[in-house]
Amino acid sequence: MSSTDTANPTRTPSPAAAPTAPSTRELVARQVDYWWRVYLRTWHGTLASSFLMPLLYVVAIGVLLGGYIDSDPDQLAGAPSYLAFVVPGMIAGQVMTVGVSETSWPVMSGIKWQKVYVGQIATPLTVPSIVLAQLAFVAFRLLVAVAVFLLVLAPFGVLATWWGALLAVPVLILVGLAFAAVCFGFTAGLDSDTTLTVIYRVAILPMFLFSGAFFPVSQLPAVLEWLAKATPLWHGVSLTRMLTTDTLAGGQALVHLVYLGALAAFGTWWAVRRLTAKLVV
Amino acid sequence: MISARGLRKEFGDFTAVDGIDLDVPAGQAFGFLGPNGAGKSSSMRMIAAVSPVSGGELRVLGMDPATHGPQIRARLGVCPQDDTLDVELNVRDNLLVYGRYFGLPRGEVRDRADELLEFVQLTDKAKARVDDLSGGMKRRLTIARSLINRPDLLLLDEPTTGLDPQARHVLWDRLFRLKAQGVTLVLTTHYMDEAEQLCDRLVVMDKGRIVADGSPLDLIRTHSTREVTELRFGVSVDGGHAALADQVADLADRVEVLPDRLLLYSAQGEETLAKVHERGLQPAAVLVRRSTLEDVFLHLTGRSLVD
Repeated sequence: MSSTDTANPTRTPSPAAAPTAPSTRELVARQVDYWWRVYLRTWHGTLASSFLMPLLYVVAIGVLLGGYIDSDPDQLAGAPSYLAFVVPGMIAGQVMTVGVSETSWPVMSGIKWQKVYVGQIATPLTVPSIVLAQLAFVAFRLLVAVAVFLLVLAPFGVLATWWGALLAVPVLILVGLAFAAVCFGFTAGLDSDTTLTVIYRVAILPMFLFSGAFFPVSQLPAVLEWLAKATPLWHGVSLTRMLTTDTLAGGQALVHLVYLGALAAFGTWWAVRRLTAKLVV
Repeated sequence: MISARGLRKEFGDFTAVDGIDLDVPAGQAFGFLGPNGAGKSSSMRMIAAVSPVSGGELRVLGMDPATHGPQIRARLGVCPQDDTLDVELNVRDNLLVYGRYFGLPRGEVRDRADELLEFVQLTDKAKARVDDLSGGMKRRLTIARSLINRPDLLLLDEPTTGLDPQARHVLWDRLFRLKAQGVTLVLTTHYMDEAEQLCDRLVVMDKGRIVADGSPLDLIRTHSTREVTELRFGVSVDGGHAALADQVADLADRVEVLPDRLLLYSAQGEETLAKVHERGLQPAAVLVRRSTLEDVFLHLTGRSLVD
């Protein structure tokens, strides 16, 4: 076939028209090639950051600083050592960071700088399919990050049971997705990225420090403790800790799961709504 | 391919498109001509099924964009005003991922990508990063990308804005080939030469309305004279060009006063010029030329097309 044949798109428009629209699932599948190429382009960089940084934290704070802290399970939410206590906090904080970093500046770029979304909605792709495909990519990124992290930590002897560690994987992906979806919705409505920098400073970093990752929130004054327990990261940390330290409490775990699931669902709905408002005008 | 009746687009209080009627048959190269803000891009976005219609009726490929957006977009090629290429992927990968959005099998997309790179003369840039391409090459890649699904209808929003003259001619050549193959083209432009080169039929838009409709030649014939005599006088003339306009008003069918020159519209430009000289007027510079769409636009709206 010659190049001129290729470029000849003339077809008589069918008068019957209106074939059925492809399903959202089909449209998400059509974006796999795109995201796979994005992954191939970025995996080495993200692997270093999603593995080296937490490892340094674990060694510095968990092992070295933790050596000065009494190993009293009553004080440490049932964890046998400070290291065992802090590791689930670190990893939950890490998935939050991954989730937020994948849906903050990248989303801004898709709307405003590179305008990848603008190119995408000119095709049969729909806004819900674009949001879901990107979140699926984030889930994959989280899976890799969590798997690497747990494998690195296994030799430290901080994972109480193998099944707890295994169950922690989907839980941590859910934690990361809850943050990613909400951040997607938040970013999709912004006009400039200056707000994002502020959010990192006033929301993400304080949450990382004060939501029970490094110390039990019962150490906080009552009002702040109540506030910390309202954050999604606290729910993520608590649930992960239950699994890695074998202290699972059914009712409490369910509350965490429902909270995180509801947040992920709300975030996805919000992201679709706000991205539609930006792109389909 | 496209049919619109009383089509409107409003953004809050602002009316971007104020009730236009359109009919674009298959195989036609159709152009929206007008200055920035005339409503061309808003019209295009509605036709591309990415912008909800505020009022009136629109059918694209026989379907309603409100209910069959994905089905319409599956058969459109869209070359947007700003390049929306993924600058971190290489040239060929941009085509590959885009073809997949249309549900084309990978092997098929690969074949088409290679053929389209050939068509837009980018084969030797296939592995280059998009960031490293010139503006003209990016535009050609965007056009190649818009052809990956072999569209029934190709929409081009200001395809050559911001390109240097040489790059524009390369692009026109490619679009001309598509047109010769019978592709239905719809483009917006504020360049008269582009519209004259490429379009079988034009609508001139101003402030959201269609102010004229026809082939480039028809429009010139209807709304202008055959020739134009441009007179430029020195800046020191008393009362400026407006004052001089009165002295030559009877020498032409119509006189337009621009800040820097007078335009005298007549059938015979040289004759008009001779009469100007007979009156003892000595313009600093003179140009006799054929009427263009620029003159049509000036006549219809009293304003220049490009500020």
